[in-house]
Amino acid sequence: MTELKYTVKDFKSENEVRWCAGCGDFAILNAVQRTMAGLGIPREKFAVVSGIGCSSRFPYYMETFGFHTIHGRAAAIASGVKAANPELSVWVITGDGDAMAIGGNHFIHLIRRNIDINLIIFNNKIYGLTKGQYSPTTDRGISTKTSPFGTVEDPFVPGQLVIGSRGTFFARSVDGNMKLSQSIFEESVKHKGTSVVEVLQNCVIFNNGIHAAITDPAHRADRQLILEHGKPMIFGAENNKGLVFEKGKLKVVIIGENSVTEDDILVHDATEQDPTLHMALINMQLPDMPVALGVIRSVPAFVYDVEMEAQIKEVQKKRKITCVDELLNSGNTWEVNENGNGNANT
Amino acid sequence: MKDARVIELDEVAIRFSGDSGDGMQLTGTLFSDASALFGNDISTFPDYPSEIRAPQGTVGGVSGFQVQFGMKEINTPGDLAHVLIAMNPAAVKANAKFMNPGGTIIYDSDTFNEKNLKKANFTTEDPFTECKLEDFFKIAVPITSLTKESLKDFGLDNKSILRSKNMFALGLVCWMFGRPMEYVEQYINTKFGKKPIVAESNIKVLHDGFNYGMTMQHMTPTYLVNPANIEKGTYRNINGNHATAWGFLAAAEKSGLELFLGSYPITPATDILAALSERKDLGVKTFQAEDEIAGIASAIGASFAGDLAITTTSGPGLALKGEAIGLAVMAELPLVIVNVQRGGPSTGLPTKTEQSDLMQALYGRNGESPVVVIAASTPSDCFWYAYVASKIALERMVPVILLTDGFLGNGSEPWRIPKMAELPAITPRMAKDANTFKAYKRDEKTLAREWAIPGMAGFEHRIGGLEKNITGTVSHDPENHQVNCEIREEKVQRVIDMVPELEVEGDDEGEVLVVGWGGTYGHLINAVRELRLDGKNVSLAHFNYIKPLPKNVADVFGNFKKIIVCELNLGQFASYLRDLLPQFKYHQYNKLKGLPFNVNEVKESITKLLEE
Repeated sequence: MTELKYTVKDFKSENEVRWCAGCGDFAILNAVQRTMAGLGIPREKFAVVSGIGCSSRFPYYMETFGFHTIHGRAAAIASGVKAANPELSVWVITGDGDAMAIGGNHFIHLIRRNIDINLIIFNNKIYGLTKGQYSPTTDRGISTKTSPFGTVEDPFVPGQLVIGSRGTFFARSVDGNMKLSQSIFEESVKHKGTSVVEVLQNCVIFNNGIHAAITDPAHRADRQLILEHGKPMIFGAENNKGLVFEKGKLKVVIIGENSVTEDDILVHDATEQDPTLHMALINMQLPDMPVALGVIRSVPAFVYDVEMEAQIKEVQKKRKITCVDELLNSGNTWEVNENGNGNANT
Repeated sequence: MKDARVIELDEVAIRFSGDSGDGMQLTGTLFSDASALFGNDISTFPDYPSEIRAPQGTVGGVSGFQVQFGMKEINTPGDLAHVLIAMNPAAVKANAKFMNPGGTIIYDSDTFNEKNLKKANFTTEDPFTECKLEDFFKIAVPITSLTKESLKDFGLDNKSILRSKNMFALGLVCWMFGRPMEYVEQYINTKFGKKPIVAESNIKVLHDGFNYGMTMQHMTPTYLVNPANIEKGTYRNINGNHATAWGFLAAAEKSGLELFLGSYPITPATDILAALSERKDLGVKTFQAEDEIAGIASAIGASFAGDLAITTTSGPGLALKGEAIGLAVMAELPLVIVNVQRGGPSTGLPTKTEQSDLMQALYGRNGESPVVVIAASTPSDCFWYAYVASKIALERMVPVILLTDGFLGNGSEPWRIPKMAELPAITPRMAKDANTFKAYKRDEKTLAREWAIPGMAGFEHRIGGLEKNITGTVSHDPENHQVNCEIREEKVQRVIDMVPELEVEGDDEGEVLVVGWGGTYGHLINAVRELRLDGKNVSLAHFNYIKPLPKNVADVFGNFKKIIVCELNLGQFASYLRDLLPQFKYHQYNKLKGLPFNVNEVKESITKLLEE
């Protein structure tokens, strides 16, 4: 077989991209196209499935097989795609409303089954397509069109749901950091099982700047901890801040102060089965803690589509019934002869 | 033997009835199978409560199984039973209204004590008089104590012993009807192969029941029902849910596609999911989803990926699937949705039968959302209609709703086993030429689009739930939307060339045409045949194809003076016919009791119409 050489262009469809100018979705689209071009997977093997929302227009812009479905159901539809043909590289593009509200049930069950699907959730903490209602990830007290006096409910944190659903892969990126997104997407493809990537995405029209405190170039070095497996959890403009685990909690320390050395800093292990530390990393928020980005969790586990096929193969090895004719004539049957009398077949 | 009472009958209906834990469904099934093997035609009807174990001894907890068998063609499980096996007083109370006058009641006299009579809400000590069953032939058999006596040397605990009571009843009934017991023994030995003591004890009780009948024959009547004269061939018993599952297996094999079922358990459709889950040997992929929506959504995904994709449900589940059916309509993907109808609305009567989802199947979605709707009419023809539904879906790129019901799904009958080679070909519309492929380019004759699935190089394309143009690209163009709505409707109408003409049973013209659809066939044909034997000018037109209707319906209807539409709802098919064929007047006979028709009530309503 000849080596597949794709460029980003090969993954751009002829459809005009119709997101608002300045929308964070453009960068994510670009990062996905770059990732796919470099994977060495034949283009016809990609299936991109989405639900409803701004992000869900995504498949129309991809020169792959694509299916823009109905609100919240992309995870369930993609599950069927992957189960039917495990050789495909199946991607789900969803948003905080699509995945966390109307599609919450499918989201958690996809993760529980650990079907080998890459799911990217664009989290802008607002309903954009319907013009600015609060979503399940909108912070308490925020005023929106449907919460003019502020919301009186707490948001979901996507990573918590992933861990709670026994997730095997969770990563977080920000829309503007295409390099980070691309490297995460590559990792998510390598992972066998459901990979959930939360991208903190900016809705320039209805929730502009919602992640600005995290992404602000002037402060991001101090506010983002970009995790790498096997590397110490060090961050900061001067690269001297780190995380330690003390009395059951994560804590920020300064290397060189209070006799803290680099050796005291936690080393990231994304492959640790025990999710305790991964959960603590997911939970970190400003202002006391940096926000964790990168691949937070990536652990091996049984994969649904692999097990489904293996079970069929296993059963077929010992099968007595090999075709429908044999099935129809299996079990208790009898012959009716000319005079209408029955004789049992054994 | 001169004292023995022998009753010779063409057909007999027998009802096994007891607590839902008494094993009545198994007893009934085994007896039915033994009768079918004996050469009788049979029809069965399990009638059980929705609670797995409702309070013991209460009327609400009674589980029944009726089978009719005979020496001629049997189309129904029988309106009324000739023989009732009652394992407790509650069973008498629950079934009194289903008894044929002058019939026989065999009851476990050990259970007819004060406590159980009270549980069944009897107010006197004579339940039979209280239920107006004085004229019946009642046989008191101390089944519980005889079972205990039979197994006293087996060293079993009391609970295990009592579990074999149903075998005593079965043995007794086998004697009464002259059924050989080899089949039952074979079943017990296979089922309890790993527990020889259980197999042995059950067979012992079975024989003791049989011998009890023989010994007491001066007080027990025996029935002689000769074998039926049926078409030669290889037969098996099959219920509607199994037949449905197997029809899909046949369609998958014939079309060369993998079979995928996405489904969520729901009574009375769950057995289709269970039956297909057993068939990993044939490569079936069954996906038990987290809810009804994910059931159909996963099937739509599998269809997008190139499988023969199915979802199965019952009424409330169909409601939940509505939006996703619309997606399959819009995307134009092949999909079969099975609705094993039950009593509604809401949770309704989950274990009881009804035909009240017809309008939901036809119209229960947002937007102009046409699908093909077909209905099976007997337990065994569920196989054929599942096969046909798949063929239509795959060849016309359209969702098909197959309507069965609880009566068909759980009811069984002997079925002459078809050969795969006899079934018509199924040719999925796989796209062939990448250069000319467009997602919504259509066949001129059928308007069906082509199917290109992920993995086919050069066919990459996007589809979805938004209105689109010929390539699949989103389009909000007003003209385009109108044209597409009309095309999607017309595509369904053109399936008419796959629909056989409507046939009339009886005369092609006359006084009254009885019209039915789906699972009521057996009762309606019996009613019509019996009326015709009485010299009445009555015929039957029974529908399996609802949308589109067969092309000759108006011709058929026009030859009759009166039309009466009989259905288990308030008149949904009648309304549909009034809408499509308004030139005819439609009388109605409707029933909504969670029960199938009974032949006599149908006959009465037709007779009334004849006399009007």
